[in-house]
Amino acid sequence: MVRPPSFPPTSTITSNPLNPSVLFQSEGKLVAVIGDEDTVTGFLLAGCGHRTAESTNFLVVDEKVTPIVVEEKFREFSTRTDIGIILINQHVATNIRHVLKDYTETIPTVLEIPSKDHPYDPEQDYIMQRVNMYLGGGQD
Amino acid sequence: MNQQVFKAKKKAAASGHRLLKKKADALKAKFRDYAKAIAATKGNMAQDTKDAFFSLTAATYAAGDFSGKVREGNMVARIRVGAGVDNVAGVKLPVFTEIETGAVGQESLGLIGGGSKIAQSKEKFNALLSSLIKLASLQTSFVTLDEAMKVTNRRVNALENVTIPHIEGILDYISRELDELEREDFTRLKKVQASKEERIKEEQKKKEAEAKGLKAAGIVPKSSNPIDLMGEEGEGDLLF
Repeated sequence: MVRPPSFPPTSTITSNPLNPSVLFQSEGKLVAVIGDEDTVTGFLLAGCGHRTAESTNFLVVDEKVTPIVVEEKFREFSTRTDIGIILINQHVATNIRHVLKDYTETIPTVLEIPSKDHPYDPEQDYIMQRVNMYLGGGQD
Repeated sequence: MNQQVFKAKKKAAASGHRLLKKKADALKAKFRDYAKAIAATKGNMAQDTKDAFFSLTAATYAAGDFSGKVREGNMVARIRVGAGVDNVAGVKLPVFTEIETGAVGQESLGLIGGGSKIAQSKEKFNALLSSLIKLASLQTSFVTLDEAMKVTNRRVNALENVTIPHIEGILDYISRELDELEREDFTRLKKVQASKEERIKEEQKKKEAEAKGLKAAGIVPKSSNPIDLMGEEGEGDLLF
């Protein structure tokens, strides 16, 4: 188990210090997920889900969820100090592209992932655009 | 002297420029590596996600729809990311490391059936998550490097196109001014010498003129000695 020497304590230490799992909260950041049902289920299965009394670190986006809600959630995740990576489905990301474009922080990192129904399109990923722009001249 | 000061400044600027250029090159090389790694990892990721979703579908088929169960209840993150720091040519790059907190997840999933399929899917998504965390590291480093590279390039260009020419201009001005001073000094010296020579000449002329005048008066300074002598004798005569 790798433990970083120093890490800013996260803000979600809320209740019951006797519970060891709560103590563990202070030693790493969460991976937040915004995506469709399958994506969220999969990553929760992998064990990155986290639910406290105040909030969760994931959002299931189906057709009933408006982009405004997604936007709000993204803003919340990106300002929370206990989140290190935000995974977001590409088709969801496309809907809130204007917010992602304005997002310039390095941490939390926003990572666009493909979803079950929408195959991955490198053209839409900002980072991939940069990478391709950079490698475009001489891809070897 | 100011010239020395600016010469030192120029030297410093030049060496700074050299160092920064080296740094920019190092960053560029690293940046390329990261770009390639990201391109490769993203390609893999597409495949990995496909596999993971397929296994999830298989699990759903075997165990029924368990997604609601996964999402309900209190849960504690089992996988977290720690932030380390990598150092490339003086640029600090954040690196994510996967941390398993050992928190216990829902173990009751798939007890009725499809447990092994769920476990498989879990495995797949775990792998996907680790590769995504790696990708996140790469991506953060990429963005940070991009930023650092821009700053370094800006500095290199500023040194090359603004600071060094500026210092060179100042040095040029100083040396021109010094030359001017030297020339002035030289001219002044020459002038002084010329006037001195003139004065000497004039004096000589005066002397010559005096000598001539004496000669014209019939008294030759050299041949005046006997007369003087005589005069002395005459005076002596007067004394006695």
